[in-house]
Amino acid sequence: MNTTIRALTGATALCAIAGIAAAQDNVTLTVATVNNGDMIRMQELTGEFTAANPTISVEWVTLEENILRERVTTDIATQGGQYDVLTIGTYEVPIWAKQNWLVPLDDMPADYDADDLLPAVREALSVDGTLYAAPFYGESAMVMYRTDLAEAAGVTIPESPTWTDIKAAAEAMTDKANEVYGICLRGKPGWGENMGFITAMANSYGARWFDMDWKPQFDSEEWKATMTDYLTMMTEYGPPGASSNGFNENLSLFQQGKCAIWIDATVAAGFVTDPDTSTVADSVGFAQFPNREGVDNHGNWLWAWSLAVPASSKSPDAAKTFIAWATGKGYTSLIAEKQGWRAAPPGTRTSLYENAEYQEAAPFAAMTLTSMNAANTAKSSVQDIPYTGGQFVAIPEFQGIGTSVGQQFSAALAGQMSADDALASAQSNVTREMTRAGYIK
Amino acid sequence: MATRQTASLARLMRAPAIILLLIWMAVPLAMTLYYSFLNYNLLNPAGTSWAGWFNYQYFYTDPAFFASIWNTLVLVLGVLFITVVGGIAIAILIDKPIFGQGIVRILVISPFFVMPPVAALIWKNMIMHPSYGVFADIAKFFGAAPVDWFAQYPLFSIILIVAWQWLPFATLILLTSLQSLDGEQMEAAEMDGAPAYSRFLYLVLPHMARAITVVILIQTIFLLGIYAEILVTTNGGPGTASTNLTFLIYRAARLNFDIGGAAAGGIIAVILTNIVAVFLMRAVGKNLD
Amino acid sequence: MARAVSRNTRIGWTIAAWVVALIIFFPILYTIITSLKSEQEAISGFNLIPSFTLQSYETVQSQNNYFRPFMNSVILAVGSTLLALIVAIPAAWAMAFSPTRRTKDILMWMLSTKMMPAVAVLVPIYLIFLRTGLMDTRIGLTVLLMLINLPIVIWMLYTYFREIPGEILEAARMDGATLRDEILYILTPMAVPGIASTMLLNIILAWNEAFWTIQLTTTNAAPLSAFIASFSSPQGLFWAKLSAASTMAIAPILILGWFSQKQLVRGLTFGAVK
Repeated sequence: MNTTIRALTGATALCAIAGIAAAQDNVTLTVATVNNGDMIRMQELTGEFTAANPTISVEWVTLEENILRERVTTDIATQGGQYDVLTIGTYEVPIWAKQNWLVPLDDMPADYDADDLLPAVREALSVDGTLYAAPFYGESAMVMYRTDLAEAAGVTIPESPTWTDIKAAAEAMTDKANEVYGICLRGKPGWGENMGFITAMANSYGARWFDMDWKPQFDSEEWKATMTDYLTMMTEYGPPGASSNGFNENLSLFQQGKCAIWIDATVAAGFVTDPDTSTVADSVGFAQFPNREGVDNHGNWLWAWSLAVPASSKSPDAAKTFIAWATGKGYTSLIAEKQGWRAAPPGTRTSLYENAEYQEAAPFAAMTLTSMNAANTAKSSVQDIPYTGGQFVAIPEFQGIGTSVGQQFSAALAGQMSADDALASAQSNVTREMTRAGYIK
Repeated sequence: MATRQTASLARLMRAPAIILLLIWMAVPLAMTLYYSFLNYNLLNPAGTSWAGWFNYQYFYTDPAFFASIWNTLVLVLGVLFITVVGGIAIAILIDKPIFGQGIVRILVISPFFVMPPVAALIWKNMIMHPSYGVFADIAKFFGAAPVDWFAQYPLFSIILIVAWQWLPFATLILLTSLQSLDGEQMEAAEMDGAPAYSRFLYLVLPHMARAITVVILIQTIFLLGIYAEILVTTNGGPGTASTNLTFLIYRAARLNFDIGGAAAGGIIAVILTNIVAVFLMRAVGKNLD
Repeated sequence: MARAVSRNTRIGWTIAAWVVALIIFFPILYTIITSLKSEQEAISGFNLIPSFTLQSYETVQSQNNYFRPFMNSVILAVGSTLLALIVAIPAAWAMAFSPTRRTKDILMWMLSTKMMPAVAVLVPIYLIFLRTGLMDTRIGLTVLLMLINLPIVIWMLYTYFREIPGEILEAARMDGATLRDEILYILTPMAVPGIASTMLLNIILAWNEAFWTIQLTTTNAAPLSAFIASFSSPQGLFWAKLSAASTMAIAPILILGWFSQKQLVRGLTFGAVK
């Protein structure tokens, strides 16, 4: 009896030791990511990573963007420790890093080569010079237009157009009878939907969200000009139902030849020039994000989906190993080898843009690089501002504020209120929120 | 029959359920009540402080507050109207001697088995989308301009989707009630030459009153909490045209991560919905005995 | 039937009923059709005849293994339902056969616990789940879903039990039936249809719950609602894929519903029949 128990205890202890040893060696990483094409591709290539790192296994949590953001934010803010690697954007990184919620990535393996990262992206993902997230792919915004339609209408869009150029070109190319609309822009409400675009457009008009006392500036001349031109272009040359069009909707409209001009994220270039999904793949031209005459500002749009390690992760070292793999140079060549250079995740590394094969395969490479390098997220407006961030304001309150302003603007686009009313209610809503959050004393 | 022994046995049998629900109600409610008096933002936990009544005041003075209450009422009443009227009509229809009754019944109740977010996605992308939806295709077929449902009639579109989800439930309950209707009475009325509409008005409808009450009661409980459909389709817009009370709370909780504000909103919602519930009980509750 | 319905009338009703039924079913039908299209077909206009490609299903399966979320959905739906029945049957039984003055108030109070908006209590519940180690566990979610649906279950059973005439019991007792006989031969057969349909309704409700099941799971306990969330609104339009994922998520419950439709109709009265 006694011996049995002892034997059993021994066996259990052995098992426990074995278990601990196994736990030390074999790590399971939980990676939370967005269901965008590039991330899905990364998920499909997990086998390559685990083959090279047999002691690490990877569990994926793939969710659509909004749900993912809700989940990971709740988890990180409550120190839940549910994830080891998070996919987050340039918006979250500085805010979370300041809360000490992210593990600094200053000790990445030597071959990671952080100096190769595009300076604008690296800057946006760093706080006080320390990198807190590794960019997976990055984007700025630019003009995409149909060269065939431009030729037929006899207009040229310069490499660096002004809004006047864009308006004239949109007017000339509009052919509503044949369902060709001069210009497609985002209209669907949301801080990352229409407000991403409208904020960048306002930047290029010389507007700013807040003055140095955090007072909202929607009553300024610059915002009024932005909204007037946005609404004029969209109502006169835009597609029907524009107030519910976001990135996805505009992408498919453009791919099906229904938009003459589309101004949006640079990653779209990869989709619209893909002959498998786009009917207009071989007649797309690119230009820089427009600006208003006399304002030296091209919107300063910058976004990078990036991988970060939450401070609550139980396996930060394995997580860093994974991040170094997924965002390193080797991954880019792996994608190029498996799916061709055009599919390589764009907008993160200088070396990619210096690669002749990539330049050959991706006609949009040069303009993407120009746009990314032009983006200055430290100072997005020509006026003095107390905040950072390009097409967003990098404060925790912006998700809520941006969405409620976005709703007003989309109501104006749907014709339910005037531009003046939309701006006035944006002004009062934001003043209210900022007062509550303690910015306005 | 109710001796003291059975009464205490009955108490024992009721106890687990009551205790469980009491805990389930009290614990979150107490925590929510507590949070509602705090300045507590999830993204800035260090700044947590006592807020007094400020969260309530803030929620109540939200420019969208009254619009959201109005929208909540329109949403609930709109869906109730469509499901009750539609449910009665369909129940009568599928109670008739028709060919393939079983299959018809299966088809009619199917929407009830569809997850709410899936239902919203289907309607948004494949039915009501202004460029690719079936409605747009129909409009184009007749040479009309496609309607942009979610921009032009946002609340109506959401009512339509939610009503589609709940129509089977109403139909099922009303059908059960209809089937228990006394056939002989109907026949007698018919022999007396009572026209169809008066038979419906004086015989069928009164008989269904109880079932209608049940439909209204159960659906109201679920309909007051609707937000997933709004989130997927209109995001509460344009403007505040489709923002209901729950969505307003969602915005505070999941976009602003303003836990204090969301908690205050939650408490306000509980109070308001309980007022509605009491009102509802008064109005229709007597049918339940 | 006492009167013969004329054939023409019957055909008329049949056509009307089929038209209505097909309109109601159309969104589901169209989703299934779209899931069998290629992505190009899916956005190129109205078309009821797909090319019957299973490509979307293959993509969905390769991207996110269906089996685990499916099993989790089954476990959560069935588990929470059984748990709810264990608690609810005695309670409903007591309320129906030994009602007190407050029984109706208690029932109404139970229903009113459903009125707290879930988003408002998310953070408290989230913290409780974290601290107790219930986060991302099947057991935690099973209990939670049980609590959410318990009021409806009790109410449904109560209204059903109340229709069982007490006189039958008394008569049986007069005839010398023991308590065991009572339960086994009289009450059980009468109660089973009501319990069965309550069970079905609750499985449907638990299966379709899509707030808590997404917010409180990561990988281990994530059911089909999370599976769907990994395919909704990605970058680019992938409606064939989304349709395939949707079909996979709703098919099991749809099939269960179809097979048990008669049972559901029989017991889903909520005391609506008097």
